[in-house]
Amino acid sequence: MSIATVFEVALAAVVLGLAIWTIAVPETYSATVGFVAYGLLVALIWVRLDAVDVALTEAAIGGGLGGVVLLGAAARLRDAEATAAERPDRFTRLIAAILSASIAAALGLAILILPDHAPTLAPVVAANAGATGMANPVTNVLMAFRGMDTMLEKVVLLLTVVGVWSLASDRAWGGRPGPHHEADPHGVLAFLARLLPPAGIVVGIYMLWTGADHPGGAFQGGAVLASMWLLAIMAGLADTPPVSSRWLRFILVAGPGLFLVVGLGGLCFGAAFLAYPVAFAKPLILGIEVAMVLTIAATLALLLAGAPERNA
Amino acid sequence: MSSVSVFGLCAAAAVGLGLYGLITNPQPLRKIVAFNLLGSGVFLLFGIVGRRGAAAGVGNDPVPQALVITGIVVAFSATALAIALLLRLFHAAGSTTLSSRAPTSPRSDPSGG
Repeated sequence: MSIATVFEVALAAVVLGLAIWTIAVPETYSATVGFVAYGLLVALIWVRLDAVDVALTEAAIGGGLGGVVLLGAAARLRDAEATAAERPDRFTRLIAAILSASIAAALGLAILILPDHAPTLAPVVAANAGATGMANPVTNVLMAFRGMDTMLEKVVLLLTVVGVWSLASDRAWGGRPGPHHEADPHGVLAFLARLLPPAGIVVGIYMLWTGADHPGGAFQGGAVLASMWLLAIMAGLADTPPVSSRWLRFILVAGPGLFLVVGLGGLCFGAAFLAYPVAFAKPLILGIEVAMVLTIAATLALLLAGAPERNA
Repeated sequence: MSSVSVFGLCAAAAVGLGLYGLITNPQPLRKIVAFNLLGSGVFLLFGIVGRRGAAAGVGNDPVPQALVITGIVVAFSATALAIALLLRLFHAAGSTTLSSRAPTSPRSDPSGG
């Protein structure tokens, strides 16, 4: 066995152990901590699978921001743990175990007996890379070849924010989301919240810019920008904006809005919906991505902050 | 065994574990975590099938990669919405139980919503 294979088997074993821990451990808080560690190690698996774009997304959104959401909820729901102790009986658990084990076995078997000549769209993507002037195949697929998916996903993000906001009580509507954070102004958190954002904002913008030709892109850059904003909010240096603010709503609709306008432009002046004219493909895509990165950063941060709770 | 099959079995196990936790764990937050585990396993299966489609100098078929990136973001937003619903339920009812039989003491919600 080569060193690489030993590393892969060890990585898979640790990931599997963390998955079992996440399901089996009694305390909810420990389970969420286990899930965050699981998400970060899964990002390593993505690197081993040669999917660095996905690894960046998984680490930033799956492990990072998702972990913050789950840990925050686990901390707030700690009091509820004792009341909800109605586990299903042994028979139900046995049936569930048999069902889950057979589905896992079927999936594992399916992976092992896949045919040798796997179907792939990679050559088609590589052959058409010239149409957009960008070298990163994943960005090409996201922004051009399957641009419709990405546009609709932005709409999903927008609808989720609407859904979270609509959970506000009548009194708090139009107010600021989440609790007000106060931290020691001379503590470590406040220090890091002053130190990290300048570098983090540059890293986020760099990830967006380099995504045209190298791994990176609007999602990864947006997640980094969102985490910098959240760091300042959690340290009490900034506050969440009231949900009634006009500029905030403008940023939230900027990404899907511009995407939709460019798409309709393709319908009017070009071949089809979302068909970019070849001469302007790269500037158009970059313009959409700049609007998207702002929308993604604002949306992710607001999803973490939760429903409006306080008056402006 | 190649890396594809090692990680493939790991992903299949994650799907099974997530499904088991989703069915058997009574707490909504644990169900959300289990569902995320299930989803992560499905994404990994996607990536493993894409890894087999490496061609034209690309190490992993870019189309499933793009779909998984979209999927991770949508899964995160669905999780955030589910958590917001759960926190609202806790705020309104004082407990997070999903059982209709459990004796809950509904707290009067002064905000009326």
